[in-house]
Amino acid sequence: MLNVEGLRSRYGRIEVLHGIDLAVNSGEIVTVVGANGAGKTTLLRCLSGVQPVTGGSITFRGESFTAVPAYRRVGHGLAQSPEGRQIFTNLTVEENLRLGAFLYADDRVEKDMQTAFAMFPILKEKRNLAAGGLSGGQQQMLAITRALMGRPSCLLLDEPSMGLAPIIVAQIFEVVKSMRDLDVTVLLVEQNAYGALKIADRGYVLETGRVTMQGSAAELIADPRIREAYLGI
Amino acid sequence: MAELMQFVLSGLTVGAVYALVALGFTIIYNASDVVNFAQGEFVMLGGMITVFANMAGLPIPLAALTAIVVTAVAGVALNKLAIEPARGAPVVSLIIITIGASIFMRGLAQVVFDKQLHRFPAFTGDTPIMIMGATILPQALWVLFGALVVFAGLWAFFTRTLTGKAVLATSNNRLAAQLVGINTNWVMTMSFALSAGIGALAGVLVTPITNTSYDVGIALALKGFAAAMLGGMGNPIGALVGGLLLGLIEALTAGYISSVYKDAAAFVVILLVLFFMPRGIFGKSSTDRV
Repeated sequence: MLNVEGLRSRYGRIEVLHGIDLAVNSGEIVTVVGANGAGKTTLLRCLSGVQPVTGGSITFRGESFTAVPAYRRVGHGLAQSPEGRQIFTNLTVEENLRLGAFLYADDRVEKDMQTAFAMFPILKEKRNLAAGGLSGGQQQMLAITRALMGRPSCLLLDEPSMGLAPIIVAQIFEVVKSMRDLDVTVLLVEQNAYGALKIADRGYVLETGRVTMQGSAAELIADPRIREAYLGI
Repeated sequence: MAELMQFVLSGLTVGAVYALVALGFTIIYNASDVVNFAQGEFVMLGGMITVFANMAGLPIPLAALTAIVVTAVAGVALNKLAIEPARGAPVVSLIIITIGASIFMRGLAQVVFDKQLHRFPAFTGDTPIMIMGATILPQALWVLFGALVVFAGLWAFFTRTLTGKAVLATSNNRLAAQLVGINTNWVMTMSFALSAGIGALAGVLVTPITNTSYDVGIALALKGFAAAMLGGMGNPIGALVGGLLLGLIEALTAGYISSVYKDAAAFVVILLVLFFMPRGIFGKSSTDRV
């Protein structure tokens, strides 16, 4: 579904991605784990089109995506819940969700919103409040459901567990796992390697802008190098 | 009683002018947090182009329409040529760019048009209407009516339409706006076109009362800006109420104290309001958690 070949990107003169190869197949949950500064967020920013690509290619469902502007990508089925949530703080929860479906004006919008409220009932309770007043966990829930409102076939999630209490993290990972039932393919970028690998089918390990390991999630969890470097076991 | 009524009517007349100018600031501010100091020049262009198109033989309605369209195009040009190339610059730099643009447009108007004072006839005559012993010009009612229509349109746009929400989303978080599929460049272009069009409409409506020349933009923009700040920048209700309030304060001060103090009184009130309500009367306080 999503193919990345030899992807390079730089901030000014400093290259941060030195040729990434990565593939996500339809129906999979794939995770990219790695330490701070490994280039995980930059990779997702390239995929959603808000970061210039300086080499390599991105193909999504058979179409070259490398030069498609960011605002067109969600219409092709690639939606992102960005790092740091990036919700519209001065709009209400409901308005945030409605804007997630900015490209659509049919009956499914209301249906999808009810699905979102069923996923995270707290959002329904706070639907008429300014999103800027939500707690961190609630903002993360809003960011994920807003991305889902865009009807993605592939959902990019950037650090959904960042800075959240363990109980909230568990709730969010549970929802990510449920994407299989919604036929949404997931690319999950996480520092919380153990949590991410536990719900993923396959994983990639990113280190200073290169993929250093890849394999099934079970293999990676069992690998002694991973256990030492990322799982703290 | 008749005296007070007269001051109120004069205040409403001037206030409607301020309100109409203030409403023009709303859209660009909501899309980008930029206070567009070239807004007064849009008002000037609206009046001046109508005058010159009329002199060239177009009837007033057609001349006014031409003025609004040409000014909207000027707004788009301002965005494409000056604002968009500076993408990523801090808001303050963008505001300074709009000040530069206003000086440029004033200079250009001086060359393309002339330095004379112009006016065209009021839409429905100059015979004053009597209300409770006081008089008001029919054109003032046109200005009031125009301000109300623009206000209602903007209010509906920002609270009832998805495009309006997209404008708000673009200023709040441009990255996220792109991620949900909003073409933020298009939002900016449309905002400048609409703001410029509203400014030109204001120019068309007020010219029979205030007259126009190449340099009326500065004073109008300043008063309109003050009105918008008083009411709460970005909020259409704030622009309307702020404009009318400013006009009333000026007229009552001029009537009961002295016209020498009318500007001073207006600015003292603005300072007091902003001191206690820094975001203006209708400004929303922001509650961001990080």
